Amino acid sequence: MFARAAASTAVIVTLAAFDGAAAQTANQPPDTMAARVEACTPCHGNKGEGTSDVYFPRLAGKPSGYLYNQLLAFKSGRRKYPPMNYLLEFLTDPYLQQMAEYFADQHPPLPPVAANDASQEVLQRGQSLVSRGDPQRQIPACGSCHGPTLTGMEPGIPGLLGLRPNYISAQLGAWRYGTRTAKAPDCMQQVAARLTEEDVTAVAAWLASRQAPVNLAPVPKGTYVLPFACGSESD
Amino acid sequence: MRWCSRILGVWLLLLAGSSVQAQQTGPGDGDIVARGEYLARAGDCIACHTAPEGRTFAGGRAMPTPFGTLYSSNITPDRETGIGKWTAGDFYKSMHYGRFPDGGLMYPAMPFASYTKVTRADTDAIFAYLKSIPPVNQRNREHELRFPYDNRQLILGWRTLFFSEGEFKPDPTKSAEWNRGAYLVEGLGHCGMCHSPINALGGTSQSDAFKGGLIPMQNWYAPSLTSNREAGLGDWSIKDITDLLQTGISARGVVYGPMAEVVHNSLQYLNDADTKAMAVYLKGIAEASSPPPPSTTLPNTESSLLISLGKTVYDKNCASCHGMQGEGKPPHWPPLANNQSIEMQSAVNPIRMVLNGGYPPGTKGNPMPYGMPPFAGLLSDNEVAAVVSYIRTAWGNRGTPVSARGANELRSAPLN
Repeated sequence: MFARAAASTAVIVTLAAFDGAAAQTANQPPDTMAARVEACTPCHGNKGEGTSDVYFPRLAGKPSGYLYNQLLAFKSGRRKYPPMNYLLEFLTDPYLQQMAEYFADQHPPLPPVAANDASQEVLQRGQSLVSRGDPQRQIPACGSCHGPTLTGMEPGIPGLLGLRPNYISAQLGAWRYGTRTAKAPDCMQQVAARLTEEDVTAVAAWLASRQAPVNLAPVPKGTYVLPFACGSESD
Repeated sequence: MRWCSRILGVWLLLLAGSSVQAQQTGPGDGDIVARGEYLARAGDCIACHTAPEGRTFAGGRAMPTPFGTLYSSNITPDRETGIGKWTAGDFYKSMHYGRFPDGGLMYPAMPFASYTKVTRADTDAIFAYLKSIPPVNQRNREHELRFPYDNRQLILGWRTLFFSEGEFKPDPTKSAEWNRGAYLVEGLGHCGMCHSPINALGGTSQSDAFKGGLIPMQNWYAPSLTSNREAGLGDWSIKDITDLLQTGISARGVVYGPMAEVVHNSLQYLNDADTKAMAVYLKGIAEASSPPPPSTTLPNTESSLLISLGKTVYDKNCASCHGMQGEGKPPHWPPLANNQSIEMQSAVNPIRMVLNGGYPPGTKGNPMPYGMPPFAGLLSDNEVAAVVSYIRTAWGNRGTPVSARGANELRSAPLN
């Protein structure tokens, strides 16, 4: 509700600024992306910062290529979440690209790290998997693709910070069970398939406990070499 | 359109029924191919015959129906799995009679009850176009129909009741433009597949044509095109109608849900003359006399409580876009006052819009549509019922209140 109230305030302020200067636009919605993506805000927040619902992710500041891939996947039904599939089904790809760029360009502050009830043992296991992986089980460190600071890389690899444990474990679970898929070679599915349920819980708990670095921006394309091929990062 | 086709299902069993050589597309055929492509758009063939992330016209789209799941067929010119061995005559037979080249019966989700009105010249053009696209070798998937619907002899009964074969006959008392519009709406457009009541046998009777109905499996209400109390366009300007059909938005209202699909895949591609002809015809079939006002089953006290809560919900959540008086900022933020789709007897569509929100289709005329947020997670059943009751009765709107139960039932409606 707060998000909507803030949005209406923004609309009123915008219209007030136009008042008199451009009477013709007074009866039209603001010609902005912010007004066009209001359909996204009840779940993802006004600037894509997320909301109190732990399963709706933050969108702000993620690489636009990653966001665009997700919008395409929801549009085609490859990624299944009916409320998203329904909203995007008849929008054009160039418009989805603009939506992706809009949210990639938003930089609201990360929320404070929430209290974490995971045990020290679980957190240590999470830290170990995230930073070193498990070579014996052919699990790479998260940072080898998502970046040493876990803020992702342009154009297709998302940062992993600022997400809540429920969302991270739900997504890793979906990769494991094959309900979330991406373009081949589907690297995340390959990695997630090697994780146990305990691994997922530990990784989610540790990632969610991290303080954000000063610079949240994903690093430019090609900053480092991926350990294996990934369809999402092909261009 | 696939939303409607899901009602009944389509079955293009592609038997190589003829040894006649397939027609080759040669030099000089460009005009007929281009015309065929245009007409295939008007018929919205792509909506059913292309699967998500699938190759164009290669079929395989799952279509849930009350009778089971059907899978659309491959209509690319592949000789083994598509219609590569068909002749123009075979194709006409499928469109006009709903029969395969070997005489087998098609399921009526293939809208041959409408396509039968299409001229031979036009089906020939569509066929020439389909022969010109890249062949895709993709075998058709078996349907998954429940007993007894897997018995195709049942189609004979359906045909006796609901199918009358015959090309469109112009009405000499009407203008050429009206007749062109009628030809498109009743034929290729197959608008009656959704905008007519569907009975338990999955058919619509001629006398009920365009009188509106709930789309099975989808739980969207396809409003009557003849009643001005629903989507009858009698008091719309021609410009508002053509805007709605071509761009998805207009000064009077905006398309969402199944109709967004139709505009997106089909109507936005029609030229100005054909769009205007459809508008003239649609405006013309609106009936002068209105049916009696809808009645409500809710007690007065409950209604007043709902409407009072509804105003609070509206002012807080809706008024910033739709205006304190429901005036909206058309065409992008539709008006709710004097909006037929809000007032009509079935409250299914306004309830679903509040729950699920929606985007109008991205079109050439409106490439960056504004979206309505979904409120399913923000409002309780009671609040949804209250705000819908409010917008249906405020500002001179003549709708009736809806119950919290009515709102709750639509929370589980399928979204895609």
